[in-house]
Amino acid sequence: MDEIESVIRFENVGLRYGLGPEVLRDISFELGTGSFHFLIGESGAGKSSLLKLMYLALKPSRGLISLFGRDIATTPRVDLPALRRRIGVVFQEFRLLEHLSTFDNVALPLRVAGIREADVQTHVAELLSWVGLKDHMKSRPPTLSGGQQQRVAIARAVIARPKILLADEPTGNVDDKMALRLMHLFDELNKLGTTVIIATHNEHLVKNLGHPCLVLEAGNLVTTESTSENNSTSAAETKSNHRSGTAA
Amino acid sequence: MLTKFLGRRADLPLDRDSLGRYLPFLIAFMVYLAIMALMGLAVLNALTEKWDKGVAGTLSVQIAPTDTPSQDAVLLQAVLRAVRATDGVASAEPLSKGRIFALLEPWLGAVSGSEELPIPALIDVKLKPGVQIDVAALSKRVSAISPGISVDDHRVWLDQLVRLLRTIEGLAALVLALITVATVGTVVFTTRTSLAVHQGAIEVLHLIGAQDVYVAGQFAHRALVLGLKGGFLGLLLAAPTLWGIRALAEQMDSGLIPEFNMTMVHWSALVFLPIIVALIAMLTARVTVMRNLGRML
Repeated sequence: MDEIESVIRFENVGLRYGLGPEVLRDISFELGTGSFHFLIGESGAGKSSLLKLMYLALKPSRGLISLFGRDIATTPRVDLPALRRRIGVVFQEFRLLEHLSTFDNVALPLRVAGIREADVQTHVAELLSWVGLKDHMKSRPPTLSGGQQQRVAIARAVIARPKILLADEPTGNVDDKMALRLMHLFDELNKLGTTVIIATHNEHLVKNLGHPCLVLEAGNLVTTESTSENNSTSAAETKSNHRSGTAA
Repeated sequence: MLTKFLGRRADLPLDRDSLGRYLPFLIAFMVYLAIMALMGLAVLNALTEKWDKGVAGTLSVQIAPTDTPSQDAVLLQAVLRAVRATDGVASAEPLSKGRIFALLEPWLGAVSGSEELPIPALIDVKLKPGVQIDVAALSKRVSAISPGISVDDHRVWLDQLVRLLRTIEGLAALVLALITVATVGTVVFTTRTSLAVHQGAIEVLHLIGAQDVYVAGQFAHRALVLGLKGGFLGLLLAAPTLWGIRALAEQMDSGLIPEFNMTMVHWSALVFLPIIVALIAMLTARVTVMRNLGRML
């Protein structure tokens, strides 16, 4: 484990919303560069909350979160956008900007990062062709089907070639063929060194792709498990305390 | 370049919220009031200057009438001699009765049988340029001729008037300050509301790595554009009002109201006021957004 560069590290992380009960308890794990994990668990187990902590939408109530070797609690706020730009997120509810065209939605991360407009045009057009939305570049999200919107959301998440890709139910609205195609896209990114974490209920995908899983149960990370003998993500060593309420 | 800046691409649909439709009109109203206040200030300044210049270097000597007109004439000549002999006096001329009645006409109306009306004689004294004379000494000297003679250098009257004008000027400046505060308040309110309306989109930009300045820049740009629209609309509305006031003032043909000519400074103030207001709106929007975003992780 020591030789693998850690991109995500959680140590005894707890999360509560306001004064409510803890929705995540003593979460400890570490993911290396280029790992590929599924995040599974019942509805309400805390999958989305865990992802939100990873993409810096929330602060933990306690514990340590480290991304790319930087402790988030001590990282100056002004440096956080640069970290976020290295994380691609596919939100469960897509969160596309409805007033922007498909093209502009996908171009957002590049424009935010200050990429030259000529490069933006090339890269976005290329990716939209790849996800089968070449003919919908000027369409606005409300005019697209659920599956098309999902592909736009995925394209937006991967356009800047993030170092970490987090996806919350990314194949929920697409047919099996497109789901497989999208998973191949994630695989391709993974092969290029992107750490991928996909929260899903799709057991079929989890079994077929054979990547290890982070399993959440009622806010506790109970296990990390590999679902296939031929796990291709050997670089993705994961350690977990496997116990709730215990420090790693 | 300006067109490119004004029409630059925005990731947030700020031009679609209804606030954007009202803000230019609110700013236009503020600019209109600010122009009125500014022009009021300029006119008051001109008025103060005119009156100051008008009475500076002049004196009035007033000789109370006696029972006999021949005695009045003797007194007048004696006082004229005394005044003309004073160092620093350029000229001293008695005002004719006709001129005195003309001066009194606004208060007394046309007076019939005016020759019999006991009115004081007045001597208009002009001093040599830049010369200050001892008014108290002159007053003492002419009082020695007859106790009913007084010298007035208008200073008391003028000082009171200038104090009044300065107070009004202060009020006009206060109005300007209040307009600025109201403009800032309006922009803060509309920006905060806009932030709430577009919170979802802002969160997305935030989560994909947009710096606060990136988001704030979009609000600031919108505020600048709306500020410029509103500012120049206010200027457009103020122009006929100013023209109307000027036309009315010319019709009054009163010596009290100064002939007010727009100088380069005035024109610059008029042109720059909408720009300054737009810049205030832009800065306010930027600061408001930066502060609000600063509360996010």
